[in-house]
Amino acid sequence: MTKDECKQIVLDIIAEIAPDEDLSDVKADVGLRDQLDLDSMDLLDIVMELRKKYGIDVPEDEYPQLASLQSCAEYLTPLFNSVKA
Amino acid sequence: MIGIGTVLAVALKTLPSHFSRIDRMGQASPLMRVHMHNSRIVITGIGLTAPNGDNLAEFRKNLLDGVARIQNLEMRYIGEVHAGVCHYDPLKYQGRKELRVGTRAGSISIYCVHEALADCGIDWESTDKSRVGIYLGTTEHGNVETENEVYNISQFDYDVKYWTHHHNPRTVANNPAGEVSINLGITGPHYTIGAACAAGNAGIIQGLQMLRLGEVDLAVAGGVSESIHTFGIFAGFKSQGALAVHEDPNQASRPFDKARNGIVVSEGGCVFILERLQDAQSRGARIIGEVVGYSLNSDAKDAVLPDAQRQAECISASIARAGLNPRDIDIVNTHATATAQGDIQECLAINKVFADCPDTFINNTKSYIGHAMGAAGALELAGNIPAFEDGIVHPTINIDELDEECEMANLVINKSLRRPEVNTILNNSFGMLGINSSLIVTKFSK
Repeated sequence: MTKDECKQIVLDIIAEIAPDEDLSDVKADVGLRDQLDLDSMDLLDIVMELRKKYGIDVPEDEYPQLASLQSCAEYLTPLFNSVKA
Repeated sequence: MIGIGTVLAVALKTLPSHFSRIDRMGQASPLMRVHMHNSRIVITGIGLTAPNGDNLAEFRKNLLDGVARIQNLEMRYIGEVHAGVCHYDPLKYQGRKELRVGTRAGSISIYCVHEALADCGIDWESTDKSRVGIYLGTTEHGNVETENEVYNISQFDYDVKYWTHHHNPRTVANNPAGEVSINLGITGPHYTIGAACAAGNAGIIQGLQMLRLGEVDLAVAGGVSESIHTFGIFAGFKSQGALAVHEDPNQASRPFDKARNGIVVSEGGCVFILERLQDAQSRGARIIGEVVGYSLNSDAKDAVLPDAQRQAECISASIARAGLNPRDIDIVNTHATATAQGDIQECLAINKVFADCPDTFINNTKSYIGHAMGAAGALELAGNIPAFEDGIVHPTINIDELDEECEMANLVINKSLRRPEVNTILNNSFGMLGINSSLIVTKFSK
């Protein structure tokens, strides 16, 4: 999996949990909560969807890694690839 | 140490006798009537969703036209059941994320409150939201959400790390009222009133009492139910031998009929805007009716079997509190749910209280919409209120053969009845654990 594919997976999850948000122009290096109407419960929804759909468990002290699309890609891509492997 | 009871007793003794609240016969003293006049509570708005109508006009039209709307629903673990399903547009007042995170009861409540506020014509923008109270009756809350989560983790070998973080805010008992508070920015008190199937009336009574106490200036009060989304309600009634079955779902709910065989569970909601009369008049509000009497009591006897004696006492107490006579009641809207025992008990109670009331007519709304549980009392009252304007008593439908044990002199069967006028409606709602409620609303007169 590439980092761009990983970003798309995260965007797809956000589209599901925050269906009223316009995701057409999400900036990768800007915090997700700085540009979208997401709260702490939404962040937990992202964590839950990663767990349910992809078998990826993000420990609580690593939640900050999910702050932006770019940081999600950096953190999650190796995890996706290790799960796949 | 002097207890509060002693203090109260001394205080009451020192009051002039003519100020003693209500005497043993339930009659208000002259001064009490003045006090009550100053805290007359009126209805200025109604918002609702029922299986056969998403506003009062549509609901009323279907009640007069004899249109029931019950459908078959595939229910987890049980299979096909009859249910009353609401068809309002949930996106009318909520975003998709709010709907996803919230509950069906919250969504129904939000819809009904918006509709009621629009109906009451208040300038909502300039209303002090800290003086608005939300009082919603519920039969139960949280079963739906908990059952869904148990089912969800069953897909993951019951590993609780897949249990949603939304579970607790969804299942706290105040959830439906709390969702309304958040959606509308209402900062006054909000809570639900758990009163089994008497909850719709209990919500209205709570709103009335809080207005009279001066706790709030506007009460959003009524009842709500999402019960059709929990298999447990259906399974429980089925195990109890009280779940209706009929080849035509629209004929499944048949109170007082000889072939009745149980309850049709429905979802729904109904909210009344209540205000003190002087507040409503000072803003030039249209006054739909006045809540003049109410009573709540308990059978203190059995978890599920109703008690005609206590029901009769409840009905009589509400009439006495209103300062009325049974003959003054034009419509009695029954609670009857089409169970074998329950209907008979209510008929005994009604025949006792209204034994000599040739102009009191009796009907039932569950025959159209099934049992909307926590919403039932409020919805069924609302469906009758237009009678103040049109003078029509909607019938009880689905009676092919009246059970002789359910005979009541003026039961309106299968066909509407036009009366010269309708001025007073009494609504019964009774529930499990032996909770009884009666509520009386009159056509407003200055």
